[in-house]
Amino acid sequence: MQEILGVPAPLLFGQLLIGLINGSFYALLSLGLAVIFGVLNVINFAHGALYMMGAFVAWLLLHHLGIGYWPSLIVAPLIVGVFGIVIERTMLSRLYDLDHLYGLLLTFGLALIIEGTFINFYGVSGQPYAPPEILTGGHNLGFMFLPTYRAWVIVASLLVCLGTWLLVERTRLGAYLRAAVENRELVRAFGINVPLMMTLTYGFAVALAAFAGVLAAPVYTVSPIMGQHLIIVVFAIVVIGGLGSILGSILTGLGIGVVEGLTKTFYPEASSTVVFVIMAIVLILRPNGLFGRPRE
Amino acid sequence: MTDTTSNVELSDDTFRRHRLAGYLIAAVGIAALAVAPFLGIYPIFLMKLLCFALFACSFNLMLGYVGLLSFGHAAFFGMAAYVAGHAVKVWGIGTVFGIAAGTLTAGVMGLVFGAIAIRQKGIYFAMITLALAQMVFFFCLQAPFTHGEDGIQGIPRGTVFGLVDLRDTLTMYYFVAVIFAAGFFVLYRTVHSPFGQALKGIRENEPRMISLGYPVALLKVLAFTMSATITGLAGATKAIVFQSATLTDVNWHMSGEVVLMTLIGGMGTILGPVVGAGIVIALQNYLSTIGSWVTVVMGAIFVICVLTFRRGIVGEILAWMRR
Repeated sequence: MQEILGVPAPLLFGQLLIGLINGSFYALLSLGLAVIFGVLNVINFAHGALYMMGAFVAWLLLHHLGIGYWPSLIVAPLIVGVFGIVIERTMLSRLYDLDHLYGLLLTFGLALIIEGTFINFYGVSGQPYAPPEILTGGHNLGFMFLPTYRAWVIVASLLVCLGTWLLVERTRLGAYLRAAVENRELVRAFGINVPLMMTLTYGFAVALAAFAGVLAAPVYTVSPIMGQHLIIVVFAIVVIGGLGSILGSILTGLGIGVVEGLTKTFYPEASSTVVFVIMAIVLILRPNGLFGRPRE
Repeated sequence: MTDTTSNVELSDDTFRRHRLAGYLIAAVGIAALAVAPFLGIYPIFLMKLLCFALFACSFNLMLGYVGLLSFGHAAFFGMAAYVAGHAVKVWGIGTVFGIAAGTLTAGVMGLVFGAIAIRQKGIYFAMITLALAQMVFFFCLQAPFTHGEDGIQGIPRGTVFGLVDLRDTLTMYYFVAVIFAAGFFVLYRTVHSPFGQALKGIRENEPRMISLGYPVALLKVLAFTMSATITGLAGATKAIVFQSATLTDVNWHMSGEVVLMTLIGGMGTILGPVVGAGIVIALQNYLSTIGSWVTVVMGAIFVICVLTFRRGIVGEILAWMRR
């Protein structure tokens, strides 16, 4: 068996793959947080709960209505996205003129409500969700075994990330969004419905989180607490990347996933803390994050 | 440092009346602490309340007076509990020294975390403190002396310098009451000192404080260190009261709870966190039969507070009195 730096090659590549998968979820979630923050100026503490909700809606659709994986991949994010729109319209929109802290506190409360409700009905142990048949099995690449579903997760999330990046950076709608970040009043004066744009942005970013949840359902078990630990890591990633660019959150998300995977191979004890250590180092050297611009 | 306290604007008469009211409230507070166990309230509940009230008050020093939301105070609370528990149980260094060791640990952690996090403001600060606290959580999950999921159990209450036996619940209560009163007094004096006024100045207008020549970063780190230290005092005391230190104390949900206490009672008021702690602890105690619906209730209170009464109970009362 081949060895790289004293570690068997299949083990190393296996951990790298797991790292890339986790990184895909990090990227999708931190991307959503970055979009919400950019346009609404709110740190969405409920993001992890909404990701969990996406996975759970897919599970519920399968168990109660017999709706399978592929339709769920579209339907579950739509349902959760509409839920997000209701939240934005009824609650978040009332807080825009106040200190940013209130948005964070409100969404924290929402996260408690959502997670608590699911825990009451389904406990914390988790439900299995089988991947669709076409994505079961795997390929032997010679140096490692690649399960098909995992490859699909990486491809799908990269495509969605790329699509979102193109949407924001390369379309007229994206230009309005970026302009609204700079000067809301001016964009409004051009006759663009800014509040509607903010509502749809929140709905879209929430749907992104739910999409990540559906993707995650066959990888991890579907459990009410699946978003809880993830969200803190994603926060750290957002700080490391800096909230300046969407590309930054995607790259940092993937990168941190890989670093975690490598740490798991060489020094397992530190794998859950390494992201926070990196965050501390980055903050000391570059207070605005790796891709961030100086900010107020 | 020049004294920029707002009291300067008050006439002598109002000032004297304020001070009188202060003495009166202090006297009532001390009397309430002294007689509380005889009012038929369960002493363990009272001690829990006092520990969390002190925790919330020290947290409020950052949120209410500097305007910085730390979402990682559970790290100081929980770590102090672990250190105090370990020191008393394994090293056998005596209750008072154990609590001191826990408090000191939290203070040093506060200095380090503060120095890192203070470079950012607002929500960034909140996220960084949260992430740093999570690092402490994983450390506590894996370090051998914390016993992972089991936590440290059966911590002996011991004695105060071999003189006062803390195994007696009522004695223990008064011991906790004295610690609470001391911590609260220190915080009260801090808030009303020139240092405290400078902190409020930073909250209101940071650029102005910088241009006035205040060492703003240093003041913030000092405030953070102090807040962490007193949080540690509360955590260490809690470990002795409940004779255990577990992962719950250091989990980020605990950080959220203390935010809720401060928010519901009224941030930036000296008594608000005490009232908020009382309400949250009472709710948890009396709603324990509904299981994890408690989380949902807490979440709902959070949402209602943020949407409708952001000043909190004490804050609303003060605003009403001023009218």
